[in-house]
Amino acid sequence: MKVLVPVKRVIDYNVKVRVKADGSGVDLANVKMSMNPFDEIAVEQAIRLKEAGTVDEIVVVSIGVKQAQETLRTALAMGADRAILIVAAEDVHNDIEPLAVANLLKAVVDEEGPGLVICGKQAIDNDMNATGQMLSALLGWSQATFASEVAIEGNHAVVTREVDGGLQTIKVAMPTVITADLRLNEPRYASLPNIMKAKKKPLDEKTAADYGVDVTPRLTVVKTTEPAGRKAGIKVGSVDELIAKLKDEAGVI
Amino acid sequence: MMHFGMTDEQRMIVDTTRAFVEAELYPHEALVERTGHLPMEIIREVQAKAIAAGLYAANMPEDVGGAGLDTLSWLLYERELGRANYALHWTCVARPSNILLAGTPEQREKYLYPCIRGEKWDCLAMTEPGAGSDLRGMKASARREGDDWVLNGTKHFISHADIADFAIVFMASGEEVTPRGPKRLITAFFVDKGTPGFTVRDGYRNVSHRGYTNAILEFDNCRLPASHILGEVHKGFEVANTWLGATRLQVAATSLGRADRALGHSVQYAAEREQFGQKIGKFQGISFKLADMAMELKAAELLTWDAAWRFDDGSVTEADMSMAKLKATEVLAMIADEAIQIHGGMGLMDDLPLERIWRDARVERIWEGTSEIQRHIISRQLLRAHGA
Repeated sequence: MKVLVPVKRVIDYNVKVRVKADGSGVDLANVKMSMNPFDEIAVEQAIRLKEAGTVDEIVVVSIGVKQAQETLRTALAMGADRAILIVAAEDVHNDIEPLAVANLLKAVVDEEGPGLVICGKQAIDNDMNATGQMLSALLGWSQATFASEVAIEGNHAVVTREVDGGLQTIKVAMPTVITADLRLNEPRYASLPNIMKAKKKPLDEKTAADYGVDVTPRLTVVKTTEPAGRKAGIKVGSVDELIAKLKDEAGVI
Repeated sequence: MMHFGMTDEQRMIVDTTRAFVEAELYPHEALVERTGHLPMEIIREVQAKAIAAGLYAANMPEDVGGAGLDTLSWLLYERELGRANYALHWTCVARPSNILLAGTPEQREKYLYPCIRGEKWDCLAMTEPGAGSDLRGMKASARREGDDWVLNGTKHFISHADIADFAIVFMASGEEVTPRGPKRLITAFFVDKGTPGFTVRDGYRNVSHRGYTNAILEFDNCRLPASHILGEVHKGFEVANTWLGATRLQVAATSLGRADRALGHSVQYAAEREQFGQKIGKFQGISFKLADMAMELKAAELLTWDAAWRFDDGSVTEADMSMAKLKATEVLAMIADEAIQIHGGMGLMDDLPLERIWRDARVERIWEGTSEIQRHIISRQLLRAHGA
């Protein structure tokens, strides 16, 4: 079985983000970019399925600016077999919206014929948490989101989902779209020998137009602001006072 | 033409190595710094992870099980490892000496491959109490007796000889007459721990690189068969010069890593710490220090990357490598010192890595050729061109 793993190039999670002066978004100039951490987990899961013999080919795909090929190289160095870069924007500040991404991914699925798609549950830049679900709807496939455990059993997948109240285990028909949550696995380091080998793995470059998909934005960003600064705390005089405040003011106990 | 950016591979090598250093080495630093000892359980645990990540012995060529890195990529990896406590990165993510590649097929089986697999550690013994910068002045000797060689004498400052399984030892094996007077001939030998007549004693406690030990090696009629010779008889320095490679650049690169770490702490502190109602980074007394630290670090990096690139290009000179080593180690000393000045009293506390980066910086200007020897090499190359 072939598995498709979409990966997104996002601002590195360690970077302290700055809002652009005009409030139109976050400043991405000269900022360290990395693979979306949830996508890293998705790539790791695909590699583990390949190591277990369930999957025989891992295709990674990234949609965005040309520089996203760095992200694809990282995925190849981790262990993916082949990469597709779909250039859909020239400016790094031009984020492709989930519906356009899902439409492009559907086109890739139609062409590649994978039996499984594993996405990150969301990208840490815009936190949309929509692409996987939209892709599943467009394909008419089942979906298993927020996965913390995945077992492929013949023509079904048994997936444990992280839901608000705890864990939910579902059985879905294959082919399916799985979105990876934080606890699904711990991604490996791209090993040095694999980094050197990644250069020789194929990376196809396409454009959104090649798939006939319109990536024009449909959403308008009204304003981007920094989170409010943390307010100063207070000192309490005794344990009793603390408990009283937690009960009466904070309402947490 | 010249291209100063990193390739995709180099960027990934840096990312992987940095992530490993931060996740697997930093957490053990406080223990090693405070006790001066790196326990074997930790070594084995981290070593297994380093092997899994392909970081172990990555300096080695691909055909013997290494990563097959070019010199520049290897030094980028060294810079990242260099951020951490030396004992941790040297022991848990060992880079066996390239000189092991000079061995015969039998010697490779016995020494090289086990080092690459993480089953053995090597150490290199040249320095003696009476022979430091003047290595040819060594007294420890090897004399031929029938088919065997008999070793006598003392080596000191031998790094990590306590945990090493064998030593590559350089011994005076004869003398030749040259127009400039008699010159000692040197032969290199593999000596296994446990060989009769070979003793390893604890070395000195020293200010730099806690947990990274040095030892004293004593040879008292230590008898070895000729199969223990590395390279050819009397050609010890030739084998070292051919195979040791860019060890000066390795010192430069690890120094750059620590300098960058100290600078990172300094910038962060200057951006957060407030005195007299403003961030201390707003005071020129602090901000100009940061500017100089960043500029000097970049200068040292460029010298090092240039020498690395020339090393593979075949155009490197001894002076190129000496300049890189000299600049990087002196910049490290300056940055470590200024980092502490920026932090004030807190910089001297071992809650931050700055006091140890400052201590560790001191040895870098001494080992692998003192700053004075490096200046000698650089000036010699300048003067030679004029017949002096």
